[in-house]
Amino acid sequence: MIRFILTRLSLLIPTFIGITLVAFFLIRLVPGDPIETMAGERGIDAARHEQLKKEFGLDQPLLVQYGIYIGRVLQGDLGKSIVTRESVLTEFQNLFPATVELGVCAILFALVLGIPAGILAAVRRNSIFDHGVMGLSLTGYSMPIFWWGLILILLFSVQLGWTPVSGRIDVLYYIEPVTGFLLIDSLMSEEEGAFLSALEHLILPTIVLGTVPLAVIARMTRSAMLEVLGEDYIRTAKAKGLSRFRVIALHALRNAMIPVVTVIGLQVGVLFTGAILTETIFSWPGIGKWLIEAIFRRDYPVLQGGLLLVGAIVMSVNLLVDLTYGLINPRIRHTR
Amino acid sequence: MTTETMEAPAVTAPTATPPHPLREFWGYFSANRGAVAGLAVIVAVVLLAVFADVLAPHSPYITDTTIALKPPFWQEGGSIAYPLGTDPIGRDILSRLIYGARLSLLIGIIVVTVSIVFGTILGLIAGYVRGMTEIAIMRLMDIVLTLPSLLLAIVIVAILGPGLINSMMAVALVILPHYVRLARAAVITETSKDYVMAARVSGAGALRLMFKEVLPNCTAPLIVQASLGISTAILDAAALGFLGLGAQPPSPEWGTMLADAREFVLRAWWVVTFPGLAILITVLAFNLLGDGLRDALDPKLKR
Repeated sequence: MIRFILTRLSLLIPTFIGITLVAFFLIRLVPGDPIETMAGERGIDAARHEQLKKEFGLDQPLLVQYGIYIGRVLQGDLGKSIVTRESVLTEFQNLFPATVELGVCAILFALVLGIPAGILAAVRRNSIFDHGVMGLSLTGYSMPIFWWGLILILLFSVQLGWTPVSGRIDVLYYIEPVTGFLLIDSLMSEEEGAFLSALEHLILPTIVLGTVPLAVIARMTRSAMLEVLGEDYIRTAKAKGLSRFRVIALHALRNAMIPVVTVIGLQVGVLFTGAILTETIFSWPGIGKWLIEAIFRRDYPVLQGGLLLVGAIVMSVNLLVDLTYGLINPRIRHTR
Repeated sequence: MTTETMEAPAVTAPTATPPHPLREFWGYFSANRGAVAGLAVIVAVVLLAVFADVLAPHSPYITDTTIALKPPFWQEGGSIAYPLGTDPIGRDILSRLIYGARLSLLIGIIVVTVSIVFGTILGLIAGYVRGMTEIAIMRLMDIVLTLPSLLLAIVIVAILGPGLINSMMAVALVILPHYVRLARAAVITETSKDYVMAARVSGAGALRLMFKEVLPNCTAPLIVQASLGISTAILDAAALGFLGLGAQPPSPEWGTMLADAREFVLRAWWVVTFPGLAILITVLAFNLLGDGLRDALDPKLKR
């Protein structure tokens, strides 16, 4: 197992170096002088220009610059936002919980609906229910979620007035961030109604962000179940006279879950893509909105640091999924 | 993502000559009703795009504030002259959608063509040359795959500047790895086969082997991926347009239309509903087609 972990880890190193290269060159590929780009329209005088050039190490040869950059990254120094003058890492840490909270809720939403739907569709193959689930999931998979969010707002917030339009919590409440997860913090804060308000604000963004994963998980569960249900050991289990429920829930489901776990892991990258759009629509103060705003403010250090951190997180989750996969399924561990 | 071909396609009793491959393909394909529906929608969208000049009742660009935010014809205040209503500066939404079909199809086709051409070349090289070249190409693709697709596209647009062409280039790069991986995998399987050896023995050069012998035998998965790729390309380009990084106003690109209309969502439901519906229907059609093609072309599912 240790050997397996080490091989997997060693495969990640070149990818990580690659991502640092992308992040490093990002600021240098922007046409024009990076200092002037960062200074924006206000312009900059020559002395300050020189000073900034030194500060960013832009007077050194490229290779040295990259070395300095890597050295800083490894010490956790990702530079400062040129707009807020705050360290990129601190900003990231402050906003990240909001994105995680939304992402976790979205995945839970997708699992709770997707797995049962997939199982039922497989068990009742070619029934109306099966066709319905497959049709809906392909629709969900094709969904432009930025539009989906607007439509849900139109329906539930504007027409029915059930849910708030945007934000994480009502402005009436001030919750001291402890964990950064508002659902937990608001429960601990003993403020009347704060938890409910946070929950209300989560509903629509969760549905919007969870739609694509829901579609993927339902389809994957169905096809994995169909494959497993055709195996000999299922026939044996049925022949032994086990109840239909026992055969499906205990014998089939366990094996069918293996590919589903992988798919869930792969959804992390998809979730980040979705979070960028969902957070923009619902003004959700997370990483996605932060990165989009950084683009419009031409805040390159934020973009650079955000790219690196998001890349590192996606890589770690993928590694974790790989390792879990090796744990659940010994065949994988031994063949490599 | 498999649609099992349960209803066995109507195959006639074995005859002396096997059916023409295209005929056989159509037999499998037409058994899948979803795929046929997808194809029908795509044909309709293509016709709309081609004959936009004739079909669109109004110009997609001319503004007229006296008729701003007119509702669709079935609602009070709407008129049949503007069937789907007008936008905040009085442009006919239907006409803009019809011209938008042109843009979306062009985006889909160009992006996928660029990706396929470069992806296939890189994949063929990786699979054929092996060694360090292969490692370098595949690691590079891993990086692209690791980063969330929209984030990477956004970063590229941030470098190149917003706009339709730049956003298309960004999306093309983001979907490139799928084609590289497919082409490489297919080449590796194919090159070990006897017919390639035979061609090599008879003196075929590397280029001929790659393009004349191996490539025609790995087209099936590429075609499937192309259809699915068009839907991804349309969706991603629309997302960039929505974020203000893709096609710029007054372009009638569907995502850009949504971005323009966003602030009017509370007052005029039609300005946001129809462009999104157009994206959804088109993307869904290409996904249905892709699924159908996969089932019809995948030899593993043919029994």
